[in-house]
Amino acid sequence: MTVKKAAGEKKTRSLRIMNMHIPYHIVMILWSFISIFPLFFLVINTFKVKKEIYINFFGLPQKWTLENYTSLMGNSDFFGYFRNSFLVVVVSLFMILFVGSLCAYALAHWHTKTSRGVYYFFVIGMMLPIKIATIRLLQIMKALNTLNTLFCLFPVYIAMGLPTAIFILTEFIHGLPRELYEAGYMDGASRFRIWYRIVIPLIRPALATVAIYNLVPIWNDLWFPLIFITKESSKTVLLAVTRLQGQYTTDWPKLLTVLTLSSLPVIALYLAMSQSFIKGLTAGAVKG
Amino acid sequence: MTVKSKRIPALQGGKSIKPGGIYWMRYVIPALLFYVIFMAYPMLDSIRLSLYEGTAGTREFVGFANYVRLFTDEVVSKRFWNAFGNNWIFFAYHMILQNALGILFAAILTNRTMRGRKFYQTLIFIPCTVAVLVTGYLFKIMMNPQWSKAPLESVGLGFLVHSPLGWLGDHGTALSAVSLVSVWQWVGIPTMMFVAAFQSIDDDLLEAASIEGASPWQQFIRIRVPLIIPVIGMVAILTFVANFNAFDVVFAMETPEGAPDYATDLIGTLFYRYGVAGQHPVGIPEPGLGSAISTTIFAMLLCGVIPVLVKTQGKE
Repeated sequence: MTVKKAAGEKKTRSLRIMNMHIPYHIVMILWSFISIFPLFFLVINTFKVKKEIYINFFGLPQKWTLENYTSLMGNSDFFGYFRNSFLVVVVSLFMILFVGSLCAYALAHWHTKTSRGVYYFFVIGMMLPIKIATIRLLQIMKALNTLNTLFCLFPVYIAMGLPTAIFILTEFIHGLPRELYEAGYMDGASRFRIWYRIVIPLIRPALATVAIYNLVPIWNDLWFPLIFITKESSKTVLLAVTRLQGQYTTDWPKLLTVLTLSSLPVIALYLAMSQSFIKGLTAGAVKG
Repeated sequence: MTVKSKRIPALQGGKSIKPGGIYWMRYVIPALLFYVIFMAYPMLDSIRLSLYEGTAGTREFVGFANYVRLFTDEVVSKRFWNAFGNNWIFFAYHMILQNALGILFAAILTNRTMRGRKFYQTLIFIPCTVAVLVTGYLFKIMMNPQWSKAPLESVGLGFLVHSPLGWLGDHGTALSAVSLVSVWQWVGIPTMMFVAAFQSIDDDLLEAASIEGASPWQQFIRIRVPLIIPVIGMVAILTFVANFNAFDVVFAMETPEGAPDYATDLIGTLFYRYGVAGQHPVGIPEPGLGSAISTTIFAMLLCGVIPVLVKTQGKE
């Protein structure tokens, strides 16, 4: 009896140790460390004086300084670059959500061959990178006379975001119980009114997914600003950074400070709502 | 989301309840306009553009001359096939290493009895939220022997330094270094997709298997992996597409010329140089040739994506 009990205790103990999953934790700790150590170096080096970075990149600052940040604050150009990046993201996201949800609302309720065709026409766009249209887009923007303004970036990002937006939103609206708006319709509300009074509030989670899916790639995009914009006052942050990297001399502390400032808002937003971010950034591949 | 829409028979059929196509078109057209003018049309028109030579004022029809140049011309084709080959190596790193790591991490992170899963998920996904330019510049600094040799040797990690050229300066290692940085940055995406896929597997199935005496490894290979094949297919497609999108990582870590000596030149950088920026030292872009490159990418994407889509997503 006692022997049996002891054996049982031993078994639960080994089970408990097994359930701690020590090898798994080792793997995950190791990779978590590998994931964030470069960002650690990014941030600590912004607190170093200019010369120290060349001799002591990997160490903590010998003398902490905010000089890199204060010198940027005094530079009005940088406010302009951040304002441009911010504007590009806000306007593009708003338009993607606005025209995307209108279109998805229609595609979820209008069942004909045409509507299926339109839907698949949009969805194919999820598989094709808009970059391959760059040369023609450059000509179009030249013809529209929008090169070197933010107006050459908005439409490209809107077009780029629409396929996924329509895919996610149409599926989501499909899943809503029909009674919700049919009741509204019986009360005499117009379709448009139903769209913005009933549908929009109901699809908020899906709108958040779409917003996040597009927010990061648009904020982090370098390709289109690099090609479309050469004028100083229209540059986005990342484009401005590439010009800080000179052929012979690069002001690394300054460059890293700008990079830190451009990454921190996104990382902070991510940490505040990481689960929606993960859902948003992997959306499109896993249905629903 | 999973609530099934119930149709009320009495409400169907009424003309005003089910407005026709002309009515709905009003809702569809704004999105369609943006999509067609700034994405679908420019993509398809690039095909036409690839049959022309010269810029706006002096454009003339040349048939397939741009393709002939791209595939056979002594100078151009050498660059093209080099970038093409590099792209496959770059792709192989992602397809094999990134997706294998993704499955491994996802299998660990979907272990119900393990603590701290959310915490690890949050940490390993952080690099995916940062611009490629940021991580690219950082690794460029860290891989530079001038900066890293002394500090790394002092802590016994001297083997991480490739002196005197550096990993990025050595023709033999540059492409691998660039690929590994990209793998490092994006591994969070397949991981999270596999996590979602593993979580959607019915618990009863695994329980039944474990009662029947299947080991965790057998469960993994025989049940969990076969059940997520559609997601594996989708990840493969996304990896393949992203592969031709890659540009920033080479731009940040090396140069648009794919230094050293074109060792890291990818289709993305080649397209940028020929089609948009112009070749050094002349600096005049060739839209026709660039469009031929983008049309080639387009064709390769269709050839790569459609079979995988049909094979892995067909059962739905």
